[in-house]
Amino acid sequence: MDAVSWNRFQFGFLVTYHYLFPTLTMGLALLIFFMKLVAYKSGDERYDHAATFWAKIFGINFAVGVVTGIPLEFQFGTNWARFSNYAGGVIGLTLALEGLFAFFAESAFLGLFLYGKQKLSAKMHLFASFMVFLGSWLSGYFIIATNAFMQHPVGYRVGPRGLLLSDMWAYLLNPWAFWQYLHNMTSAVVAASFVVAAVGALYTLSDRHKEQARVFLKVGVVAGLISCILILFPTGDQNGKMVAEYQPAALAAMEGKYETSDKAELAIIGQPDSVNKRLDNPIIVPYVLSYLAYGSFGAKVKGMNDFPKDELPDNTELLYYGYHIMAGLGTIFIALMLTSATKLWRGTLETSRAWLWMLMLAFPFPFIAVTMGWMTVELGRQPWLVYGLLRTIHGTSPKVAGGSVAFTTLGFMGLYFVVGVLYLYLIHRQIAKGPIDFAQAHTIDEAGA
Amino acid sequence: METVWFMIIALMMAAYVVLDGFDFGAGILHLLVAKTDEERRTVLAAIGPFWDGNEVWLLAGGGILVFAFPRAYAAGFSGFYLPLTIVLWLLILRGVSIEFRSLEASTLWRSFWDGVFFLASSLMAIVLGAALGNVIRGVPLESDGYFSGPLFTNFGLSSHPGVLDWYTVLIGLLAFAMLAMHGALFLRLKTEGEVHRRATGLAGRLYVAVLALLVLATYASAMVQPKLLSGIGARPLAWVLALGVLASLIAIPTSLKRTNEAAPFFASCGLIVSLLAATATALFPTILSSTIDPAFDLNTGNAAAGALSLQVGVYWWIVAIALAIGYFVFLFRSFRGKVDIHHDYGH
Ligand code: HDD
Ligand code: HEM
Ligand code: HEM
Repeated sequence: MDAVSWNRFQFGFLVTYHYLFPTLTMGLALLIFFMKLVAYKSGDERYDHAATFWAKIFGINFAVGVVTGIPLEFQFGTNWARFSNYAGGVIGLTLALEGLFAFFAESAFLGLFLYGKQKLSAKMHLFASFMVFLGSWLSGYFIIATNAFMQHPVGYRVGPRGLLLSDMWAYLLNPWAFWQYLHNMTSAVVAASFVVAAVGALYTLSDRHKEQARVFLKVGVVAGLISCILILFPTGDQNGKMVAEYQPAALAAMEGKYETSDKAELAIIGQPDSVNKRLDNPIIVPYVLSYLAYGSFGAKVKGMNDFPKDELPDNTELLYYGYHIMAGLGTIFIALMLTSATKLWRGTLETSRAWLWMLMLAFPFPFIAVTMGWMTVELGRQPWLVYGLLRTIHGTSPKVAGGSVAFTTLGFMGLYFVVGVLYLYLIHRQIAKGPIDFAQAHTIDEAGA
Repeated sequence: METVWFMIIALMMAAYVVLDGFDFGAGILHLLVAKTDEERRTVLAAIGPFWDGNEVWLLAGGGILVFAFPRAYAAGFSGFYLPLTIVLWLLILRGVSIEFRSLEASTLWRSFWDGVFFLASSLMAIVLGAALGNVIRGVPLESDGYFSGPLFTNFGLSSHPGVLDWYTVLIGLLAFAMLAMHGALFLRLKTEGEVHRRATGLAGRLYVAVLALLVLATYASAMVQPKLLSGIGARPLAWVLALGVLASLIAIPTSLKRTNEAAPFFASCGLIVSLLAATATALFPTILSSTIDPAFDLNTGNAAAGALSLQVGVYWWIVAIALAIGYFVFLFRSFRGKVDIHHDYGH
């Protein structure tokens, strides 16, 4: 592998791994705040216990999110020095604002939220949970705005030494960032709802913590249904339209479309064959792609064959599957949550064991969908690092050898493997302990047991 | 504007060292000052609510560096590729050890993480010091604005020095002693009983080590980087800061004898801030000196981002830092006083 490939692989690995944790952090932050709010307004103790239980899981998850996030902030300088040099004057703004506005709030209030239940009034504790939510959602915005600039640069001017900011608000309010943010944050809520519902299903199935399980199922399924619908429409739909407008080459590859045509068909299933330039074993729906991409059934969609090779993403297969797996899972999620919500409303959810099994086992899939979605975004951006301005091959650090990057990649993989195993073990333990015992957990801890 | 951003970055870095410094120090010392499990948990509870927030100063400082001086960020971070990666691994291990240690009751589990916490904290303190040493000494920056520093050569100084040579190691040791002392003073402030007693004893002894190393390091720095002396000589601000260093050095041992526990800790904060600020003032406007040719130096003039960025950035920064200071004051006030793991160890 050459140095560029090692760098790409390293960044892809680090950010994919990191992002598994913030997904849950941001989703849970909203749900926890919601539970605290219900508890505060109604005085319903169960919701307060539920929030306390999830806060414990949130704490472990956050810690891993933080330690895996720090390397990313450094990556831009260590591995992508020419990119930082070229674009730093613009993207540095959001990176700095993220640290200043979001991470400070998040970390300071998380300390208060996790350690301060006894020290703060109920109202201040609720406020701390709100600030944790706000901080994590703000941090999401700044990082998405950074990425959106790489997808669709706006508000800049080309200067002698690189890009310069020319219009701050245009940069901060990039239209690409708007839909990407909403879609992405919704996906975090999907993931957290699935996790909360899965734990509810687990407790119900194993006949433990029945009261809490009921709260979890209710919160998980209701939030899950709302977010699963929002993720398809309008947010997913709008994201697709932006790709069609600004990154037509990426759209062709995402859809596995080789030939240019009007009244373009949408491929539901099929395997792209990039040697013979066709989609094998396709199942298609005529006209739909033209409509989804450009809002009219007759619109022309340009196929991969009509793009010069140096404007096409270099891994069109993975791009195609990334997109199809995300969208396919999204469709299944809607069906799953619609049925669960109907059962919840009728009061039969707790007794449909088969359905509870499904809910319990479904929780990993939103994380897969999120990862696949990001694969789509980042592979679709290739061969550009900053779309239309800087190519990925021109972004690396000039004096860092591929071998050094290989070494650190292997080191990170080893370290992250260990961290991942510990994480799963600790989360498992927390779930096994359960929410009710949590109140007594302090006493056990204090006894040094 | 560039000057303002140079000062902002120096300030953020000094705030980072003061804040994360006390939890590094706690990590360096906890095996010595805390013997039983209960004492160890007291140490962790003392830093528990703060360490993550403290680390954010590093991230925010890094973010500001990309933003204000992208060339210096690109050159520095890619040049120190391997050492920085090692820093990252240490930070990961440290964060994990603080958060995971008390989640499991087994003594083996806890001893393991105590060891990791100690090692990662100690190495971090040394590496931070060595990094500062590199910035003072200069690095082999070439005409394209990049450099690549080998981890070590023969530990001697030359135009192509390693990241570790006798000088940077010396600064690393100074940082180790200084942060250990800083941590001891923090623990003295936050704890009672045995931990308090041991921390007080250690602080006194570490002070002597700091004083000796500081004299040595000052002499060495003046030799290694002539700009330092001439910079201090030419800038009255640097004289004031140097007086601040002296005053803090006197205040630490005298206030240690009295019962006021906050004073020595704040004196130690003052020592760190005035020392770093004096160094930055003396080196200004250079951000990173080249050991090959002074013409390749990166300074506030040739490394800065565009004028508009720097302009709007200042407004954002003022608002953000006012908020951040607000949060931190609130956080530290909420957890003021001695830690008591029986009542507020909500973790
Ligand atoms: C639970 C996760 C999840 C689910 C079920 C979906 N998505 Fe998604 N999608 C994401 C999670 C995600 C993501 C990981 O969050 C992405 C990556 C970047 C972003 O902002 O959101 C994304 C990006 C993304 C993009 C941008 C691609 C690019 O910029 O190249 C499009 C067009 C869609 N999605 C479309 C959809 C459609 C039509 C879905 C149908 C239901 C769908 N997504 C479900
Ligand atoms: C959290 C979700 C994200 C995931 C899963 C993700 C995934 C990836 C992957 C897989 C690659 C490798 C691409 C390739 O080899 O073709 C990549 C590259 C990269 N991404 Fe992302 N990314 C994410 C978010 C971001 C964000 C928010 C930014 C910017 C702030 C960003 C900046 C980059 C950069 C600089 C590269 C390296 C250059 C390149 O390959 O173009 N990524 N990412
Ligand atoms: C190139 C991409 C990324 C970089 C450079 C990055 C950087 C970081 C850093 C440095 C931290 C630690 C902050 C702390 O100490 O509190 C962190 C945590 C976090 N990041 Fe990322 N991140 C990236 C991708 C993402 C994405 C795509 C999102 C969400 C949209 C995200 C959301 C968060 C959140 C919410 C946290 C808080 C900790 C947690 O959630 O577990 N990050 N990130």
